Amino acid sequence: MHIIESGNVAAAHGVKLARAQVIAAYPITPQTPLTEKLSEFVEAGEMKAQYIPVESEHSALSVCIAASSTGARAFTATSANGLLYMVEQLHWAAGARLPIVMCVVNRGIGAPWTVWNDHQDAMSQRDAGWIQIYCADHQQIIDTVIQAYYLAETVSIPVMVCYDGYILSHTYMPFELTDPEKIDAFLPPYKPAYALDPANPANLNTVTLPDIRPDIRGQMAPGYMEIRHDLHVDLRRAIDVTADIDKKFSVAFGRGGNPFLEPYRCDDAEFVAVCLGSLSYHLRDVVDALRKEGIAVGVAGVRLYRPFPDQAVINLLVGRKAAIVFEKALSYGNQGALYGDIKAALYPCADRPLVHNYILGLGGREIQTAHLLDSLRTSCRTPDAIGDKPVWLGLKM
Amino acid sequence: MASKTTVLTLPEDELVHPGNRACAGCGLSIAYRIALKALGRDTILVVPPSCLTVLQGLYPIAATQLPCLNVTFASTAAGATGVLGALRALGNTSTTVAAWAGDGGTSDIGIQALSGACERGEDFIFFCYDNEAYMNTGVQRSGTTPQGAITTTTPFSGKRQQKKDVPSIIAAHGIGYVATASASYPLDLFDKIKKAKTMSGPRYFHIHIPCPAGWGFEPRYAVKLGRMAVESGLFDLYEIENGKWRLTGASRKLIGGKRRPVKDYLETQSRFKGLSEKRIDKIQKEIDAKWDGYEQAMGAQKDIAGPDAE
Repeated sequence: MHIIESGNVAAAHGVKLARAQVIAAYPITPQTPLTEKLSEFVEAGEMKAQYIPVESEHSALSVCIAASSTGARAFTATSANGLLYMVEQLHWAAGARLPIVMCVVNRGIGAPWTVWNDHQDAMSQRDAGWIQIYCADHQQIIDTVIQAYYLAETVSIPVMVCYDGYILSHTYMPFELTDPEKIDAFLPPYKPAYALDPANPANLNTVTLPDIRPDIRGQMAPGYMEIRHDLHVDLRRAIDVTADIDKKFSVAFGRGGNPFLEPYRCDDAEFVAVCLGSLSYHLRDVVDALRKEGIAVGVAGVRLYRPFPDQAVINLLVGRKAAIVFEKALSYGNQGALYGDIKAALYPCADRPLVHNYILGLGGREIQTAHLLDSLRTSCRTPDAIGDKPVWLGLKM
Repeated sequence: MASKTTVLTLPEDELVHPGNRACAGCGLSIAYRIALKALGRDTILVVPPSCLTVLQGLYPIAATQLPCLNVTFASTAAGATGVLGALRALGNTSTTVAAWAGDGGTSDIGIQALSGACERGEDFIFFCYDNEAYMNTGVQRSGTTPQGAITTTTPFSGKRQQKKDVPSIIAAHGIGYVATASASYPLDLFDKIKKAKTMSGPRYFHIHIPCPAGWGFEPRYAVKLGRMAVESGLFDLYEIENGKWRLTGASRKLIGGKRRPVKDYLETQSRFKGLSEKRIDKIQKEIDAKWDGYEQAMGAQKDIAGPDAE
């Protein structure tokens, strides 16, 4: 069944279909309609879950951490400063290896205050040990929320499902609402390896020492460094798991096929624009226009950002003349974070392309098609003239 | 109250192992051992960083026999909320969820989450073990450090401000049960927990915990000092049950009787060595005024000492 609804409502339907059991959230624009919808599902009895209206985002993720540790499927959602208020808990959830799913409805962060879209919120948390997946439309939002639980529970790592504030969260689009029975067949109930249980007591997340230590039976237990190494190894493993889940989902529902990067007109492209989120669909129009001018250009939206799918990036970009990275965030004082990641992935490759970086759309600054056209055309026509530093698009002063 | 527990009727089941990492003379190790006996085995604990984190052992060794979720400093009551939410979602309505935080983890960094959980009516028991400073990090002042106490962040003349009255703040949420207790009166604590276990919704305990290392006294005097704090009327044992306040145990016996001068208590600890006679006198006057208030209230409300006065 297709319905026409907002991106936030698409996410709420994903959470409902995934049968999340504990939902904790604190309001922040532009996430609010998502959690409002969930509270409505729960209060109307359409969804069997505990909805906990906490007093802060810090507590929202705390509730999810504890609920997940007790064996329940947990969900929260936030944006911008709400995500930053959770930061300590983000690292905790990853370190504790809890398969929580959180929607991050991307918004710029203060100061100065902005409520509008960019990617600085999620980007600032790329090193927290979470998986990050970006969505480009409403169908991807609902499908990704469901797949995110599968992925999180397979590798015991939390997942952020990121989508653009307003551009996706508050716009209406048709999307397929899959039958709950089919989703149940795809996503089995959550079975934790261990959950807090008085019949089988354990002391979770306790103090570790710099070195490894024997337990009371004399068996060596891992120390902090081994535990963190496991997290990294499992995050890298999550790349293959993501591909497997995408395949399984494609077979079951006929959607997917591009778990890492979603290419458009890239087959014969000499130039490839790269970005996160809904901007890749905006760039498709630009690519079409430039193709009419005879420029062999395509665009690829990065879906899986952490763990970073290096090999997929290499496969897509090596042999091209230039990769042009458009970003709604940056590592202040350096360059766009995605730009840096792409350069790092390509560095070992002999036939690597030039890589350009455009910073745009911060704090909701309008991204004009003309700006995209001009900059992408310049990158393609004079690739050697751009240089290795971010170029800001749309600055007015 | 039901019949009082004695050392002879206290459960023999030990849920806290001996030889744990608590300091010698730690009041918490007394209160925790007794409290877990009252809570029983069907309990899940939630603990933020504090002395208790250390007492409970370093990975992979644990000093307690109950499941415990260690959580971040500010999140204790939210953690308890999450455990409860999951238990409800999984159909478990019998397991007790007990959060244990220190005074900093309760009165300072943890008060927002605690206030939220109390307002939501979460069905848990929150224990604040109040050793009156950030002892685990090396004796820095907290919201419940008493006036005049020297800490590593009030190093010369002692804390200038008064102790934050956390039980009153929590009681103002209108929750069903708030109690104070002391490590030096473990049976009073035990019986209060047994009573709290028969109730539902948020229940709050504020336990006074003598700390030899942080207060500056010899470990063998821990119990004695906790008693002196009560006998001087400085720390009072009471409970607020469904809005009704009453003194209990050793504090109730002080009504109409003689309180020990607070000077006796203050002189036993090096943390109060910076107090002038004038400040001690001021503290004594504040205690006297508080107790005048109790006795006046007693006159106005005959049952302040409770119908089952000893």
